[in-house]
Amino acid sequence: MPEIYQLRCRECGKSWGNAPRSFCEECFSPLEISYDYAALKSIASKDKLAARSFNMWRYAEFLPLPDGFEFPNAVGGTPLVPSQHLAKKWGLRNLYFKNDAVCFPSLSFKDRVVATALAAARRFGFQTVGCSSTGNLANAVAAQSAQQGFDACVFIPADLEPAKILNTAVYGARIVRINGNYDHVNRLCAQIADRFQWGLVNVNLRPYYSEGSKTHGFEIAEQLGWRLPDNVVVPMAGGSLITKIAKAFRELVALRWVEEKPVKFFGAQATGCSPISSAVKRGLARFEPQKPETIARSLAIGNPADGPFAIKLIRESGGWAEDVSDREIVKSIQLLAETEGIFAETAGGVTTGVAGKLVREGRIRSDETTVVCITGNGLKTTDAIVADYPATEAIAPKLEAFEAYLDGQLAAVKA
Amino acid sequence: MAVTIEIPTAFRRFTDGTPKLDCNAATIAEALNILTAQFPGLSRHVRDDDGQIRQFLNVYLNEEDIRFLGGEDCAVKEGDKVLLVPSIAGGTDS
Repeated sequence: MPEIYQLRCRECGKSWGNAPRSFCEECFSPLEISYDYAALKSIASKDKLAARSFNMWRYAEFLPLPDGFEFPNAVGGTPLVPSQHLAKKWGLRNLYFKNDAVCFPSLSFKDRVVATALAAARRFGFQTVGCSSTGNLANAVAAQSAQQGFDACVFIPADLEPAKILNTAVYGARIVRINGNYDHVNRLCAQIADRFQWGLVNVNLRPYYSEGSKTHGFEIAEQLGWRLPDNVVVPMAGGSLITKIAKAFRELVALRWVEEKPVKFFGAQATGCSPISSAVKRGLARFEPQKPETIARSLAIGNPADGPFAIKLIRESGGWAEDVSDREIVKSIQLLAETEGIFAETAGGVTTGVAGKLVREGRIRSDETTVVCITGNGLKTTDAIVADYPATEAIAPKLEAFEAYLDGQLAAVKA
Repeated sequence: MAVTIEIPTAFRRFTDGTPKLDCNAATIAEALNILTAQFPGLSRHVRDDDGQIRQFLNVYLNEEDIRFLGGEDCAVKEGDKVLLVPSIAGGTDS
């Protein structure tokens, strides 16, 4: 059966078949995966899908997977958590958290993109794979490479959170620390991909990689009972995820699996690295790059590759973009944990904080269905909040000691 | 000032395989103009119809993105390196 997908230039429209390349060699614009939707419609069905386990591979027909692809492990299939307490606090009737803090195997949504990128890496014959990463992607590349027998070499900013470095090192991946920020690392990786024959998942395999993000969107629609939400609030680093959730929704509409309806896309950034939200708020078509200065390291991309697409999508959907300060990020991590029992990394603090801001600004209304995307686990960024939780004094294992402790606590409350 | 423009592999189709170009220029804009005058096939890949540097092309002066240096009018000095790197985006079909 001929493949129903191939690379296509989004500017000049030239098709490039399937190959490890990310930009059009005619006009140097980005390539994307384009599908034959008539063919997709003939092979995909909700019945087929319902017979499969609840993970990202159930949407296999919508992904650029080679013929005979053997699904390596369960990735994705994360909960869509209906909010009780935070919804009440914000005055919303239908608020959900799409919780990729518990995405397997490495606890962030990056597992989804690496899953499709490694399928492409295998197909193109790469043995060594790698990435430029702010942490989560490196974790995902390292974990899935170990499982699938690839050699992994990841490039990260030298000052990344220790937990994120450890969570990559433990899988046996080679880590190259770069003195510079993510944008420096990314530029170096573009040059490395130019020079060496390595499968860099977010460089020369990027069109295949970014398709994995769509499964976050497919799951949202399916978990809502094959409906689209009114609003989606998405964290933005490079700006790819938000556009791929939109692509997922469009594909479901194209196949008539969901009813077409307007969905407003809201982008969330940290104020300390907000090139996309600044451009949206200032009405600019092109973003201005920034030097990141934020605790939300996983979103600290000052020169977001998909920024122009994200800006266009947000604007055309009638959505908006906002950003929150580092202190608001910490407060929002705590708020989400205390109200919903979800411990998100700093990016989740950004998304939650921005969602609250959008509610206060009246951009998200109480009768609408709103999904807030949580993309990484709080255990990876404990250093951002540890100062808020000083160790308490230990007491002796005696009832009298506990009674004295209680008295002390009560006195403190009264004072 | 003598500066060196490093040309990425994908662009070399338009430069007869030449990987770098040494030229005398006072600003980034001048350097790019010399590049595209020498290799006219590159022109439309460096600048868009409005004459702006294309959205998906990043230009660096030594280690720095020129957008942090005031754009293409920023001055260059003897021995500087100008780096052209195609931006890598996922793209959407919207």
